[in-house]
Amino acid sequence: MAQFIQQVINGLNVGSIYALIALGYTMVYGIVKLINFAHGDILMIGAYFGFFALATFNVPFGLALVVSMILCALVGMTIDRLAYKPLRNAPRISALITALGMSMLLQNLFRLLFGAQPRRMPAVIALKRIEIAPGIAISNLAIITILLSVGLMLLLEFIVKKTKTGKAMRAVSEDKSAAKLMGVNVDKTISITFAIGSALGAVGGLLYAINYYQVEPYMGMMPGLKAFVAAVLGGIGVIPGAMLGGFVIGLIETLTKGYVSTTWADAFVFGILIIVLIFKPAGILGKNTREKV
Amino acid sequence: MLKVENLNVYYGAIHALKGLSFEVNKGEIVTLIGANGAGKTTTLHTVSGLLKPTEGSISLMDKTITGVEAHKILGMGMAQVPEGRRVFAKMTVQENLEMGAFLRTDKAEIEESYENIYRKFPRLKERRKQLAGTMSGGEQQMLAMGRALMSKPDILLMDEPSMGLAPILVKEIFDTIVEVNKQGVTVLLVEQNAHMALSIADRAYVLETGKIVLEGNAKELLDHEDVKKAYLG
Repeated sequence: MAQFIQQVINGLNVGSIYALIALGYTMVYGIVKLINFAHGDILMIGAYFGFFALATFNVPFGLALVVSMILCALVGMTIDRLAYKPLRNAPRISALITALGMSMLLQNLFRLLFGAQPRRMPAVIALKRIEIAPGIAISNLAIITILLSVGLMLLLEFIVKKTKTGKAMRAVSEDKSAAKLMGVNVDKTISITFAIGSALGAVGGLLYAINYYQVEPYMGMMPGLKAFVAAVLGGIGVIPGAMLGGFVIGLIETLTKGYVSTTWADAFVFGILIIVLIFKPAGILGKNTREKV
Repeated sequence: MLKVENLNVYYGAIHALKGLSFEVNKGEIVTLIGANGAGKTTTLHTVSGLLKPTEGSISLMDKTITGVEAHKILGMGMAQVPEGRRVFAKMTVQENLEMGAFLRTDKAEIEESYENIYRKFPRLKERRKQLAGTMSGGEQQMLAMGRALMSKPDILLMDEPSMGLAPILVKEIFDTIVEVNKQGVTVLLVEQNAHMALSIADRAYVLETGKIVLEGNAKELLDHEDVKKAYLG
């Protein structure tokens, strides 16, 4: 039992990171119907920004986090402006392929700039294990990861549900023309969505790098892919779905690692996705909405 | 109030509006009637900035608005109730109304506007927390109207408000249009239901394949032989 609870705690730890990243996929999909495959690389960029802030400039963790979020928000908005916006009215496949190309461009750009060699993330937080019960421990890093992620998710939920910007985002995601008729600046709203999604990705990336002690140009691929799976699993375009999906993926992964085998963990994650999609193609919280004419 | 001159709009190679000119004066209800495909919705979309004209000019209260982006037009005093209501289905009734007041910053008066809308449409008040997509067509039409009125427009464009509604609801919607007009909002009404439209309008234009073929006093057009034959049956 102790081992099971321990695995669940570990699962919630990775799961909260996946959830943060998954939010970026789902928000962008919700508003422009694009799977932004470069989002995984945004988390890599966020990790690098955090790495430089921490290792080169020795700033405190909190400041490194904020700087990384702001810079990633700008990167996300710029990518949208340069690569996706010109294709807004093009067939969806064009934007999708562009996103894949953007992903490769970012990976190779960072490899060119900083080398393929992984860099060691400084230990920003003095690691402490806190024993909650015999055989069950949680590290202070895991507590920070989980609390920060959940806090940001609650903040996002508040922004989307209650603020004017959030309402504009929901309106644009439903009907761009009708939103324009309400006086909503659609381009600006899409930019804000990319900014928020990328900022959350930056947090996910930095937490991921700290949890695994390193940064490298291709580090975004696997967590990016798993977060994408999480977003689809929860119901792409549905914000609570991305959060739920992230935690589900995190739990499946650690439980497989703990009870089955480490090498099978990824196979289980993707296997679960296939099974869920067979029985619920729109994802766990996704609805096959019927539209009223 | 609204003046459209020599409007030409193309969809690719299709010449949808061919030199359209019309005018709506302050305080009037003007209707644009015509069959399917005559260019009614295209006209409204162009006026509200969703489509760009190839040629021609549009002015609103003596300001040229040709080519002004759609999201800026509402702030200039012109609101639109689009064809097919286009309410935000996954947002509540209240949130839909809030979207209508998106550009307004006068908090206290916004509250007053909600009350006005809810007084006009008591059904919406009962359902204020319900998702708009779960309501009937008539209720959605009321919501779309309420939403447009939340911006406190000087002129309201209405695109086919009668579409798909039971006659009793059509009557209700048209009564509301008259009421809104009496409260000082100028109305440009686009309709296929020519009889209803002409019975409440001051003036009317008849649109046929992108051109205005007839215009005049609405009551006179109601008795006009060509109109009777073509649209009133």
